[in-house]
Amino acid sequence: MTRWERFKDNDIVWSFLSSPGAMIAAAITVISILACLFAPLIAPFDPFDPSQISLWDGKLPPAWSDGGQPQYLLGTDNQGRDMLSTILYGGRLSILVGLAAVCLGMVLGVTLGVISGYVGGVTDAVIMRIADVQLTIPGILLAILINGVGRAFLPLELRQEFAVYVVIIAIGLTDWPQFARVARGATMVEANKEYVQAARIIGLPAWLIMIRHVLPNTLRPVLVIATIGLALAIIAEATLSFLGQGIPPTTPSLGTLIRVGNEYLFSGLWWITFFPAIALVVLVFAVNLLGDWMRDALNPKLR
Amino acid sequence: MFFFILKRLAQSVLVMAVVSAVSFSLFNFVGDPVNNMVGQDATREQRIEIRQQLGLDDPILTQYARFLGNMVQGDFGLSYRIKRPVDELILERLPATLELVFVSAIIALVVGISLGVYTGIRRKSWISRVILSVSLVGVSLPTFIIGIALIYLFAVHLRWLPSSGRSGTVELGWWKTSFLSVDGWRAIILPSITLSLFQLTLILRLVRAEMLEVMRTDFIKFARARGLAERAINFRHALRNTLVPVITIIGLNIGGLIAFSVITETVFQWPGTGLMFIQAVDFVDVPIMAAYLVFVALLFVLINLVVDILYFVVDPRIRLGD
Amino acid sequence: MQFTKLLAVSAMALTVASPALAENVLRWTSQGDALTMDPHSQNEGPTIAMNGQIYESLVTRDADLNLQPELAESWEAGPDGWTFKLRQGVKFHDGSEFNAEDVAFSFERAKHEASDYKEQAKNVTSVEIIDDYTVKLTTDGPNPILPNQLTSIYMMDKGWSEANNVVAPQDFKAKEETYAVRNANGTGPFTLVSRAPDELTVLARNGDWWGEGMFPGNIDKIEYRPITNAATRVAALLSGEVDFVLDPPLQDVKRIEGSDGLGVKTVAQIRSIFFGMDQGVDKLRSSNVDGNPFKDVRVREAFNLAIDKDAIQRVVMEGLSFPTGMITPPGVLGNTPENDPAYAYDPERAKALLAEAGYPEGFSIQLDCPNNRYNNDEKICQAAVAMLARVGVEVNLDAIPKAQHFPKIQKRESDFYMLGWGVPTLDSHYVFSYLLDGEGSWNATGYNNALVNETTDAITTEIDIAKRTQMIEDAWTQIKADMPYVPIHHQVLAWGISDKVDIPISADDAFRPRFAVMK
Repeated sequence: MTRWERFKDNDIVWSFLSSPGAMIAAAITVISILACLFAPLIAPFDPFDPSQISLWDGKLPPAWSDGGQPQYLLGTDNQGRDMLSTILYGGRLSILVGLAAVCLGMVLGVTLGVISGYVGGVTDAVIMRIADVQLTIPGILLAILINGVGRAFLPLELRQEFAVYVVIIAIGLTDWPQFARVARGATMVEANKEYVQAARIIGLPAWLIMIRHVLPNTLRPVLVIATIGLALAIIAEATLSFLGQGIPPTTPSLGTLIRVGNEYLFSGLWWITFFPAIALVVLVFAVNLLGDWMRDALNPKLR
Repeated sequence: MFFFILKRLAQSVLVMAVVSAVSFSLFNFVGDPVNNMVGQDATREQRIEIRQQLGLDDPILTQYARFLGNMVQGDFGLSYRIKRPVDELILERLPATLELVFVSAIIALVVGISLGVYTGIRRKSWISRVILSVSLVGVSLPTFIIGIALIYLFAVHLRWLPSSGRSGTVELGWWKTSFLSVDGWRAIILPSITLSLFQLTLILRLVRAEMLEVMRTDFIKFARARGLAERAINFRHALRNTLVPVITIIGLNIGGLIAFSVITETVFQWPGTGLMFIQAVDFVDVPIMAAYLVFVALLFVLINLVVDILYFVVDPRIRLGD
Repeated sequence: MQFTKLLAVSAMALTVASPALAENVLRWTSQGDALTMDPHSQNEGPTIAMNGQIYESLVTRDADLNLQPELAESWEAGPDGWTFKLRQGVKFHDGSEFNAEDVAFSFERAKHEASDYKEQAKNVTSVEIIDDYTVKLTTDGPNPILPNQLTSIYMMDKGWSEANNVVAPQDFKAKEETYAVRNANGTGPFTLVSRAPDELTVLARNGDWWGEGMFPGNIDKIEYRPITNAATRVAALLSGEVDFVLDPPLQDVKRIEGSDGLGVKTVAQIRSIFFGMDQGVDKLRSSNVDGNPFKDVRVREAFNLAIDKDAIQRVVMEGLSFPTGMITPPGVLGNTPENDPAYAYDPERAKALLAEAGYPEGFSIQLDCPNNRYNNDEKICQAAVAMLARVGVEVNLDAIPKAQHFPKIQKRESDFYMLGWGVPTLDSHYVFSYLLDGEGSWNATGYNNALVNETTDAITTEIDIAKRTQMIEDAWTQIKADMPYVPIHHQVLAWGISDKVDIPISADDAFRPRFAVMK
């Protein structure tokens, strides 16, 4: 067998290639993530550079409508920023915030989960109780709360600057228990297997066993949760920003763009809110679709 | 049983202790309350005097002890903004939130469970696939976008339903209800649909997954082998076995609804506790913020306690685990 | 989808079921609710507006802001105070008589420690009851503008206040709300029927009002429902749920005008928007340069020339503003056609001035801005950031809620900030004493000019009107040259009103239902 055939035979890859939904979703996700990450290269303008913005170009409709200008494909916002560029930059911020928040939650959750599952006993009980308690309070409320308190502790001058980090921490701190639960479960299964027992007997230190043998085996389910978590994190950021508790409008995320655009909903400037909203929904939908497929593909019981 | 409940109670007290510490810290770190209470042209001396009157210059621990003592008695002081007792304000706003959550919960549970069961049984039918795809869109739509879209469509464009507010309430003692008048029902339709959609899709997907699991279990296979009617299998055996997780779902569901009511109430100007909380955040009305946090935490702790006990009663296996 | 169809059908059935209205009910909305019904507790726009429908003052303003008699029928100035003849036969809503006792009591209450009107009321040193319907308000020396200062000091009933234990406004350390927070007993054209804060307040016509038949208004019932979210507020007007929106967002004005059965009224507001530059500190807090560039008048001029006020008017304000070179609008004594025009937009000259002042590469600075106080406040600041970037000044914008913004100005913690100022007295003294006097409590610019300081003091007692006006205008000319502020524009008010009702708009943004006519 060639390497390609062996690769194709892998059950996950097979499932992927035979599911058009998953492929479309993956394509949309990858394209939008790439487009956003490389926004500085693709976007015709830099909306974060104030000296490039001219107020007189504000509120222009998309290029194909009456009064639109060709250089502004999707029109301009109320400040004269090119919508397309602003959405790309805003999407980048949203994705980065989402990824960072999920990573924070994942690192925290997996670490605690593996320790909890491997060590057991009192450590396990304490960690899992904390996770239980936190799971009882819905993420978005907790995020509003952490965000509010986090901002309050920062001196005023730093608030704007650190708004992004506060949002990341607020969202990241709310979803670690999910990761911890899954990682703990996988760890407990793995820890009882013979090769781990053997490694323990020959005296390998616990941290080495955990990192080298246990951790890789928790990754599959964790990946599923991370994908769904990414979608939720992007929505959480958008919601926080919509409530005016998130990212400031000088460097807008998708949520901030929708909030600002919402003020123009009745004035006929539909493109200021419509395009960012579509971008957000498509992005989240694609990520969700991917997560959905991954859950089914990685769950042998449902195949 | 007694030991189990005691343990849960202890946990609950711990949660409340943490939450109270957080809400107290709000008093000391968020904004400057004095500025909200005086007019634009008050002098600096007047401001200093008010600080002293409010006890904002006392040592932190003294202030915390005072806060805890009052909290236990349900006394959160007067709102900085509207100068009325906070506990009274929350009680006044509570019916609006609870009724909204109640209607949304019914919508989410009824629609969510029926669609979940359907898609679980008819796994391969195209209707199931459509429902599932639509539900995925539902999960991907932020609540606020749904709310704005519904207002635009049903209130501004079609003019069928009011765009905001809670009109048509009838007073039953201190409880103002929307359920006894046509206007009341008209007002609650859009916000409750908005609030329920996200939970509905979650429930749908959870119930479906649960159904799929149960349908694979041996005893369903056995029932099928016995030649029982498909209908009887689905409803008498399969559905009944999914009911245990449904209890958890209801718990989570109500919790989620209360959390998201903050957003829905903001979009629809629904005069509940969530709107009051967001307005308090804008105004740095710390007594209301603090009380809302404590109050919501208490609500969650209670819901979870009830769910845990129900669980314990319904499913004996849990006793072994604990 | 069966469900939506069902929803649609039932919704239509419900619409048909709404009852017809027999009396003239005016339903209106704005952003914020009154904080309390206590007329002396909060000096704040929505509270004054709500209480002004229930309570009355000695002197009031009509829709064109001319002084009009209300509870006083006439008044005249003396060397040490003013004598007011009270209106006879006026009754409070609970039926008790209004007389001189109540005037004395109300001033006493407004001057109380816990009152938010003590600054305004302190102009009256004492109230002398001459007879039941004549009072003399004594002032500390001659006061040429006393009636102007009395328009929001409302009269309460002494007996009612004593009976309900509210002889003083609510104290901040009070643990319980007072009776006056949710109950009101005024002399005005409307009585309070029910009140749910931030939700719904219902007022009903007072048939025993002294002015019954003297005013065009024909409203029987007022329902006020505050809506915070701007888009939702406009939606309520567009869908016909309210008849009147006091504060529609400027960008929606065209849409409202274009809708069937709706209209918009606009008027220049008595409020100006401007940026302050702190020239008082030795080193700017947020800048990358040593020292304080704002000490140099050329830098302050460069800032004034770098802001394109016309672009802000056209794009950000939808045309609804008047670009200006003064921080006080026409209508206020002291605003003149010579001083009012805006500084010209000239980025080249601005760059040259910065270079001359020693900043050819510009410098960086933080702009502090509120985001929920003035019309499109944050958007104006964002536009200013882009404009200043073009002359080399790198501005870092910090836009925060007013509750956190204003303390920064009061504590003198901002280098460069946005502020707006309204003038209830329609006299420049109100502007000088707060914003331009070296000691002014809202003057965070560090501006301290001998001529302006002297003028501020002198015009409090100068009763020769022509001379006083000249002094004020001279001070403004000095200020125009010193440029302590960057004036942007005077705000324009826009009210969205249904065609079913005719409401005259007022430059002070107050809704006066006694002039509102339902058709």
